[in-house]
Amino acid sequence: MRASVLLLLALALLPSAATQAATSATVQDDRGAVVSLLPVPQRIVSLLPSLTESVCALGQCAHLVGVDRYSNYPASVRALPGVGGGLDPNIEAIVSLKPDLVLVATSAPGTERLRALGLRVVALEPKDSASAVRVLMTLGQLLAVDSARAVVQAMDADLQAAVAQVPSRARGKRVYFEVSPGPYAASASSFLGQTLERLGLHNIVPGSLGPFPQVNPEWVVRQQPDVILVGDSNADAMAARPGWSGLQALQARRVCGFNKEEADVLVRPGPRMAQGAMLVARCLQTVYRTAPSAAPMQAAQAGARAGVP
Amino acid sequence: MACLSLVLLALGACVGSTGWQSLHEVLGDAVSWQIVWDIRLPRSAGAWAAGALLGLAGAVAQGLFRNPLADPYLLGSAAGASLGVCAALALWSSATTAAVWLLQLGTTGAAFVGATAAVLLTLALARGAQQTLRLLLAGVVVGVVLGATTSLVLLAQPQLMQAMQGFMLGSTALVGWGACVLMLGVWLICVTLAWALSPVLDGMSLGENTATSLGLPVVRLRMALVLVLALATGTAVAHTGLIAFVGLAAPHVVRATVRAGHAWLVLLSSGMGGVLLLGADLLARSLLAPQELPVGVLTAMLGGGYLLWLMSRQNPVAVGSKP
Repeated sequence: MRASVLLLLALALLPSAATQAATSATVQDDRGAVVSLLPVPQRIVSLLPSLTESVCALGQCAHLVGVDRYSNYPASVRALPGVGGGLDPNIEAIVSLKPDLVLVATSAPGTERLRALGLRVVALEPKDSASAVRVLMTLGQLLAVDSARAVVQAMDADLQAAVAQVPSRARGKRVYFEVSPGPYAASASSFLGQTLERLGLHNIVPGSLGPFPQVNPEWVVRQQPDVILVGDSNADAMAARPGWSGLQALQARRVCGFNKEEADVLVRPGPRMAQGAMLVARCLQTVYRTAPSAAPMQAAQAGARAGVP
Repeated sequence: MACLSLVLLALGACVGSTGWQSLHEVLGDAVSWQIVWDIRLPRSAGAWAAGALLGLAGAVAQGLFRNPLADPYLLGSAAGASLGVCAALALWSSATTAAVWLLQLGTTGAAFVGATAAVLLTLALARGAQQTLRLLLAGVVVGVVLGATTSLVLLAQPQLMQAMQGFMLGSTALVGWGACVLMLGVWLICVTLAWALSPVLDGMSLGENTATSLGLPVVRLRMALVLVLALATGTAVAHTGLIAFVGLAAPHVVRATVRAGHAWLVLLSSGMGGVLLLGADLLARSLLAPQELPVGVLTAMLGGGYLLWLMSRQNPVAVGSKP
């Protein structure tokens, strides 16, 4: 009896001492699991496109042995064996690749199953720019590379460059980013919204509505955004919607359309986020260079709007 | 019910993301005019028409299959429409230069083609409309298989999930005047046909043999009813997506309030469906404005809640009369 009490006491005291000793050799993932850093991973399976991109950004592409079916960048990963998708991982295929590290999203099913099969599984979920940076740093620790900080710094510099590319006339413009017809919009609290904010644009959809809210189409007409950015749809279909022909951004063709590959860059919170920002900046350049006649009208609108509280 | 519909329609012009502001300025401001005339009114009228089509289809389906659990999506139209929309979206996003005719067909056209094709497939599998049970089973099989195919397409194109979810929950947000006129036209045709065919439904409620002995050409008339059902459902689904429960609940609500033959049941169910969907749409756009709630979620909650209330009111009587 006494022995067991002593044992319990010892166990209760143990963690504080143990964590201090272990911080150098372990890392905590986004689900709170503590994972050993050793041995240094040589065979990596990634089940999330942004994690695949992060591994490659850290120069460890050669250690990837399998990726999910949606990972498509850099091009070299397309040749790797597919192991299902993030939501439907092929456990058997993963195990047969004998990985010593499996990277998954925090919401991914199968994580427990993979751990039970003796694999080292790390759940990481980059949701916004801050967590994308955090994930890069964690991966740097996990893969024992020193370049993580340099990669983050380079990404930051590229973001600054993208911000500098935004024409001064486009600064502070009110934008609407539609992610899919419904219409569903990217609000200020989504990763896309953060990119727009970084570029000095004002998102008409407030973050309080959640990251990708379904909005009332009449509200968009009432808001009269200066520029419309649209992902997986097209501007012609937008103009055909009831009442949307009155949107000045559509009339003046101040529309940025992004194809599937560009949309991938834009929506993935990963090392290519500066490229995504650059895509938007480039589009703003063309929008505000080819439509000089629309400029006085916008100035008048902005003035009128400023007058209305 | 006609009065209620009109009141709701008037309310439909008033309720939106920006409240009364648009209505006050409707004559002075072009944008407000556009919001009220081009967006709110057609979507309100469209919601009523789609609900009316679904209510009518529900009453016809329940009479046709002599089953109070039958709903308009029973013959595979819902799964067919989903697959049509999904395939169209997948083709657009994969094609570098989207084919012009495909764009013109639009999701609306794709949904209608899908719904119609699915019902035709069901009819082919059931070898016509001779046997009700065969028809039902074929409908279930077609629904399951087409649903699985949709899932397969979505697996390959995960970026379509959100758009598909929007379609499956239903929305009246993008209904314009053209769609409205079309739905009302189809509704007029379907109501006339259903009214004319209602003696068959009355006869069939006594059993198929009785209906035949009454001298009704049951098989041919049943085929006509299936076509009315398919046309009404396909048109509604194409414009507003898969709106849940309206078709199932509307006839029950009507039956709980009045006793009538199928002629009036079909007509009243249709009106009730319109009221139900329009009411749900009003709530959908006002509760969280400027955000929208999926209208299908609200129809399920409103219709389900009301039906439960009706049941709880009637149950003691039913239980008491049994022994």
